[in-house]
This record gives sequence, C-alpha cells and structure tokens, in this order.
Amino acid sequence: MTKGTFKRVVEVGRVVYVDRGEGEGKLAVIVDIIDHNRALIDCPTTGVPRHSHSYRRLTLTDFVLKEFPRSGGSPIVRKYFEKENILEKWNKTAWAKKLENRKKKSVLTDFDRFKLLKLKKQHRYRVNLEEAKLRKQKA
Amino acid sequence: MVHAPRNSFLVPGVPRYSRSVIYSKKALYKRKKVQVPKTETKVETTKTKPIGGEKNGKERLIPLEKAPRFYPAEDIPRPKKSRKVNKPTKLRPSITPGTVLILVAGRFRGKRVVFLKQLASGLLLVTGPFKINGVPLRRVNQAYVIATSTKINISTVCSLDKFDDAYFKKAKESKKKITEKEFFEDEQKKPLPETRASDQKEVDKSINAVIKKTPHLRDYLHSRFSLSRGQFPHNLAF
Repeated sequence: MTKGTFKRVVEVGRVVYVDRGEGEGKLAVIVDIIDHNRALIDCPTTGVPRHSHSYRRLTLTDFVLKEFPRSGGSPIVRKYFEKENILEKWNKTAWAKKLENRKKKSVLTDFDRFKLLKLKKQHRYRVNLEEAKLRKQKA
Repeated sequence: MVHAPRNSFLVPGVPRYSRSVIYSKKALYKRKKVQVPKTETKVETTKTKPIGGEKNGKERLIPLEKAPRFYPAEDIPRPKKSRKVNKPTKLRPSITPGTVLILVAGRFRGKRVVFLKQLASGLLLVTGPFKINGVPLRRVNQAYVIATSTKINISTVCSLDKFDDAYFKKAKESKKKITEKEFFEDEQKKPLPETRASDQKEVDKSINAVIKKTPHLRDYLHSRFSLSRGQFPHNLAF
C-alpha cells in the first residue's frame, strides 16, 4: 500500500482510539468502511459495541490488525485483537501513558496537588544542583 | 382518589368555573360541615380591688394594665409583625468538623483554614491556626468557602463550648458627643480583650499537635490557594 506522506491511513483492521461518542476513551478496530465520513468499528475486548462512528471522532493509532477480514464478526475481531496483544502494546505507548497521567491528575485533591508541587520542587532543586556541578567541571 | 384539579384558568386570574359551579361539581352539598368548637381560654384583664371608705361601694373593677396617659396626636402606621422564623442554616455535607476550607472572600481570601464547628447563627467557626497562617479564630459564612476533602482529626482539640456568637460580638459603644480634641486626634484602635489571645493559643496548641503528625500538612495550611493558567475551579477536585 502506498502511504505517501501519511503514516496512518484508514483501512480495515486499523486500530483506532475513540475520542468521543460511544466507547469514549477506548480502543476499537475498523471493521468496515461505510463511506468517507463513517466507519464500522467494533471491539469486544475493550467493550466497544459494533456501530458506525464518524472519523472526526476517531484517532488512528499505529496499530493495524494484519490480514483482518473485511466485516469480520465480533468473535473474529476479538481473536485478531488478542492475537497481536494490541492492548499490551497500547499501554506501553507514550500516548496511553499520557492519557493515564491526565486521568490521575484530574482526581487529585487540593492537598495532593500541593504535595505534588512540593515534591516537584525538591526534585528540580536536586537536578539543578547536580547539573551545576557538572557544568563547573566542564568549564 | 386524588385527581387533577377540576378548575383551570381561562386566563390567569379568571377561573373556568365559578365558586358555585365548583360547589356542585365537588358535591359539597353532600358533605356536612363539622365545626370544631374553639376552646377559648379567658385571659384576665381586670381585677376587683377592695376599696376603703363607707360610701365607696367596697370594691372596684380595675384593669390590670393601665391605659397609657398620652396618645400620639397622629396615627402612625406601624409595621406588621412578622411571624416568620428563619430556618436554621444547613451545613453543607462536605463540611465536617476538622475539614480544611479555602476562604474565597474577605481579608483572608485564599487562606486554607480548619473548620471547628458551626455556630447557632449558621456561621462557621474557623481557625488558621493563627500560628501557621495568621488567621485567628473567626466566623465565616459557608457561602464564601470551598470545602476540601482534607480532614484533620480534631477530636483531641480542647473544648470549643465557650465559642459562640456572643463571644465574637463587639462591645457596644455608648453614644457620646465627640469633643473637638477627639475629633482631630487619630482614632485609637481598641485592643482586643485579652482572653482572645489566650483562647487562640490554647486552641492552636492542640490543633498544631495534630497537624504536625501529617507530613506537608503544615506547609499546606501555610500556603495560599490560587488558580494557575488553565485551571478552572469547576473542573478541579478539592
């Protein structure tokens, strides 16, 4: 497949991140392409029901299920999805970690935020101290 | 059976059915009106007083309360007496004794303080503690407060019974004419009653002992709350 400047393309078997709508914040697989606006997505592993979803509310990921049959049923989606360990790979990406951190941050209480601020300060102080030392050595 | 009202309004104020139509529709003629006899308690307003002297008729009926000797020359309209009683203020469920509050208004805005108890007037009794952030024992309205989920165990704190609304009330100044000298001199600040400082110390001491046990809590209370860029209070968890 010629990709040109695009690294990710809409294709059958492409794993997507659902931005909004049903299954928000979950991974799903493009099972079929309905038209230039919508695709049929499904993922029983993450709990996204089979439904049509607008591309505008999806984000493509780097993962593609290899040789995924077009309009394969839910059990087939599950089989391919779990065969390639997509969820495990996804959790290792910087993207997933960022989302996870954002989630953690949103539930911090006022006191937690203060503690975080203090610990960050301490961390920064030590790093800067070491950095200054190294710089002095170099000079 | 309860049902929707039979009557409705043609236009606001003009009912579809008149009073007499409703009377027959409701079949009120079938019902007998039962009047509950009022139990009247008679209040004595007069008393008989024995009178000396033969020709005075021995006794006389005298009103208990004397009629006033003077009446106002003109009728002055008097305000109606209100029988409404203010409902006691409901404390927000997120505020319990020991909760750390963020003050959002007033002189101490942004300060994080400890809630002690609710007073009879509905105001919240808080303390900085004074030693940590300079907020004294103070009354605040719960509307001007953000409750955080941080709680301090104040069960070991000394008795707070003496703190009520009267405790915080200023002594009334007696009105007197200002002499020329006083007028041109700077007004001197009245010192707080000495008990205030000692009470503050007593409360602070017991609270500080508890605060010390949790790391960073002292610094937390010492610091001021503020929003940074991109932070919105309605999106934050407190």
